[in-house]
Amino acid sequence: MSAGTELDLVELTAGVVLACAVVTLWRRDLRALVAVLALQGVALAALAAVLALHTGDVGLGVVAGVVLLAKGLVIPNLLARVVRRDPGSRETTPLVNVPASLVAAAGLVIVAYLSAGRLTSLFPSPMTRLAPLGLATVLVGFFVLVTRRKAVSQIVGLLLVDNGVALVAFLLTAGVPLLVELGASLDVLLVVVVLQVLATSMRARFGHVDLDQLRELHD
Amino acid sequence: MSPAAITAALVTGTATSTGLGPRIAASILQVAAVAVGGPLLIGLMAKIRARAEGRIGAPISQPLRDLRKLVRKERIHAEHASAVLTLAPLVLVASAAVAVAISPLVITTPVLAGGADAFVVVYLLLMGSVALALGGLDPGTAFGGMGSSRAMTIGALAEPALLVSILALSIQAETSNLPGIVTATLAHPGWMANPERLLALVAVVVVVIAETGRIPVDNPSTHLELTMIHEAMVLEHAGPDLGLVTLGEAMRLGLLFGLVANLFFPWGIATNASVAHLALGVGVLGAKAAAIALVIALIEVSTAKLRLFRVPELLSGAFVLAVLAVMTGLVTR
Repeated sequence: MSAGTELDLVELTAGVVLACAVVTLWRRDLRALVAVLALQGVALAALAAVLALHTGDVGLGVVAGVVLLAKGLVIPNLLARVVRRDPGSRETTPLVNVPASLVAAAGLVIVAYLSAGRLTSLFPSPMTRLAPLGLATVLVGFFVLVTRRKAVSQIVGLLLVDNGVALVAFLLTAGVPLLVELGASLDVLLVVVVLQVLATSMRARFGHVDLDQLRELHD
Repeated sequence: MSPAAITAALVTGTATSTGLGPRIAASILQVAAVAVGGPLLIGLMAKIRARAEGRIGAPISQPLRDLRKLVRKERIHAEHASAVLTLAPLVLVASAAVAVAISPLVITTPVLAGGADAFVVVYLLLMGSVALALGGLDPGTAFGGMGSSRAMTIGALAEPALLVSILALSIQAETSNLPGIVTATLAHPGWMANPERLLALVAVVVVVIAETGRIPVDNPSTHLELTMIHEAMVLEHAGPDLGLVTLGEAMRLGLLFGLVANLFFPWGIATNASVAHLALGVGVLGAKAAAIALVIALIEVSTAKLRLFRVPELLSGAFVLAVLAVMTGLVTR
């Protein structure tokens, strides 16, 4: 694989990761949200795989496999199971409406580009120039966490932050050590499992998964 | 050759060995191809929809037959309308024809290619929309005003998204001249897979759906009072005038499809005005436009029309994708 194609592929996958983050703000249907998250996980894994092929780093190749398995398959499947039990579930009334969220996302992306300049100027290279894409993904993820109400949307926001951090790590340092990535992936997996239990028991007790309704403690 | 040099060469006509005469002929060919091809594309989309819904559907040439029927009808003018109603279809067709003549559809160097800036073409399209909206307001009927107001709302949201997505392409090509962008993309085929181009493509497809009034933004086959947008606006046109409006709309659709095809995938476009190249250019343009028509028809079949108040959501999404495309373009440059 020539260096040019490889860089093209990295640009493409990094672009897909950010585009997926913005699409999660665009769509209200929770099933679509989960599908977009799966696509983002696959794009992230593809990026890691391209980097691994380029550097010939076996550890990075294993990380790519772990990312694909955890973020591309297992986590979206778990989330899809939560959503499937609640058919027709939509993010009906986010705290910030969709057009305003999209404009805010555009603003966040610009903030990310402006603030990442110093970071990337430390070691300018074709890869590090793409770091703002990861930073923007992190910011959009935080925005989803703050403004969306459904439990599933919140976990999607958390996963966006996680994917964004992973993207920045891949781009700046050509990958984190295997042990760290394994730990982070398992951590996120655990969070999703906890959420699934929480959402299931919430629906069993209250008939909905709207986190804003949980205001008081009961016996 | 640097992009600025390409633009300069386009303006002076020295970009190719082609003389002015053949380029004028090529531009006339473009207008003729779009005037016939636009209605055929509409017929093709109706056919695909019908087939997907299990109907046989009208033949693909049906819009052309409808045009022939409309042109033969008597001219009827609304009683209280002024000259604006009569002029609106003419301005629509004329602005569309100029935009088609100068855009890189069949050949990269049509006549006046140096003036075919993204802003010129987008605002020529806008001129037609404004003329049509004024025509809708002129007779003073309730539906016409409602349709015009809705069409302008959607147009105002779609226009910036279209401009910003073309801007994403022009950052890379270092020119906002459409033939310049097409020429530069032909020279660098690797650009076609760039992330900013993919983002801009998604944004442009949403804008094209909105601008041509297809589902999920507008339903071209409905005359239901509360949902129609475009149809409400042109309700007062009849006979040959309605024929002109239909033709103008079909040409705009053909132009937008052709621009999307050539800006993003410029394979097969003629680079000089020889007969063989032009014939190939027309054929390839038709094939690419038909492919886009297939995609949009499938989107139409698989989605429900959006509530009017949800349309801004769709278009602001397209705008943000276009902004992302520009920022990605700046970062990866």
